[in-house]
Amino acid sequence: MALHFELVTPAKLVRSEDVHMVVVPGTEGEFGVLEGHAPFMSTIADGALKVYRTDGAAPEEIRITGGFAEVGDKGLTVLAEHVG
Amino acid sequence: MASLKELKGRINSVKSTQKITKAKQMVAAAKLRKAQAAAESARPYAARLAEVMGSLAGKITVSENSPKLLAGTGSDKVHLLVVMNSDKGLAGAFNSNIVKAARIKAKELEAQGKTVLFYLVGRKGRAPLRREFPKQIAHLFDTTDVRDPGFDEAERIANELVALYEAGKFDVAHLFYSKFRSALVQEPTDQQIIPVPAPKAVAATAGADAVTEYEPEEEEILAALLPRYLRTQLFGALLENAASEQGASMTAMDNATRNAGDLIKKLTIQYNRSRQAAITTELVEIIAGAEAL
Repeated sequence: MALHFELVTPAKLVRSEDVHMVVVPGTEGEFGVLEGHAPFMSTIADGALKVYRTDGAAPEEIRITGGFAEVGDKGLTVLAEHVG
Repeated sequence: MASLKELKGRINSVKSTQKITKAKQMVAAAKLRKAQAAAESARPYAARLAEVMGSLAGKITVSENSPKLLAGTGSDKVHLLVVMNSDKGLAGAFNSNIVKAARIKAKELEAQGKTVLFYLVGRKGRAPLRREFPKQIAHLFDTTDVRDPGFDEAERIANELVALYEAGKFDVAHLFYSKFRSALVQEPTDQQIIPVPAPKAVAATAGADAVTEYEPEEEEILAALLPRYLRTQLFGALLENAASEQGASMTAMDNATRNAGDLIKKLTIQYNRSRQAAITTELVEIIAGAEAL
């Protein structure tokens, strides 16, 4: 049971891995994405993604700006202009 | 007939030129690899963004209320040609090919009675275009102080373009750059960037798209993505251009090195011939002198 998570910037593919959950700061509120999430698209406010590798683990934060999230059958893809 | 000393001088001078061209060729080969890798790693983002734009475009009809970047200003009087060149020469016809493509387009537009303005990126396109269109250079974007043009530059160019566009300075923007096919082939390309050409709507994969939820609404997402799409396009063009420049430079310098080699060979033969002729004359003189005694 894992969610495939990809983080892509114009310069390169930053992450491509299987994680438990990602909490995304959407422009209309934070949302968490688990495996099997319904197809969904949203713009992202500048802020931090919280990546939970396993259930209950401490989240890893990735700061992004200019982001856009897409959830499809392949998992979660976050397009961000700047990371870090 | 040139004297021996002159010939020797010329051979040495060609040899040093060859050293330079050879060094530049090797530098270009190394940089090409890097530039190609950069262009490749930029592809996933561009592809994904284009996909998203495509699926959004399929859901939205362009109307007057659509964002200006998509719908246009409603006229096409003033055209802005964004011409991307490199800062350095020694790349064969790389820069002049791009300039030529831009010039042809400019003439064509002018023949249709449109106003043409230029936005120049990089140093090498300035002189030829300024000579021909002295009053139409709207802006020069300087990349001399950056080593590898990257996303920051693309962002700055895009922001300036959008600002000019919103100030009503132009109606349509075309981008000229060189598409990288291989080290031997670079294609000067003309692409319309503003208004953003509606991305081809991808055929909705049965069911999957129908239930996709959008937050905020489709229109708003599209409005937010348009400037990003523009930036990505410019970024892609910058990278393609960088790779093309190195490719063209490598080929041009390879030819130059070979030419220099041929020239050295020819001059050396000529040098040896004159040397032998001189020795023969000297011998003849000595023998003639000895016989006269």
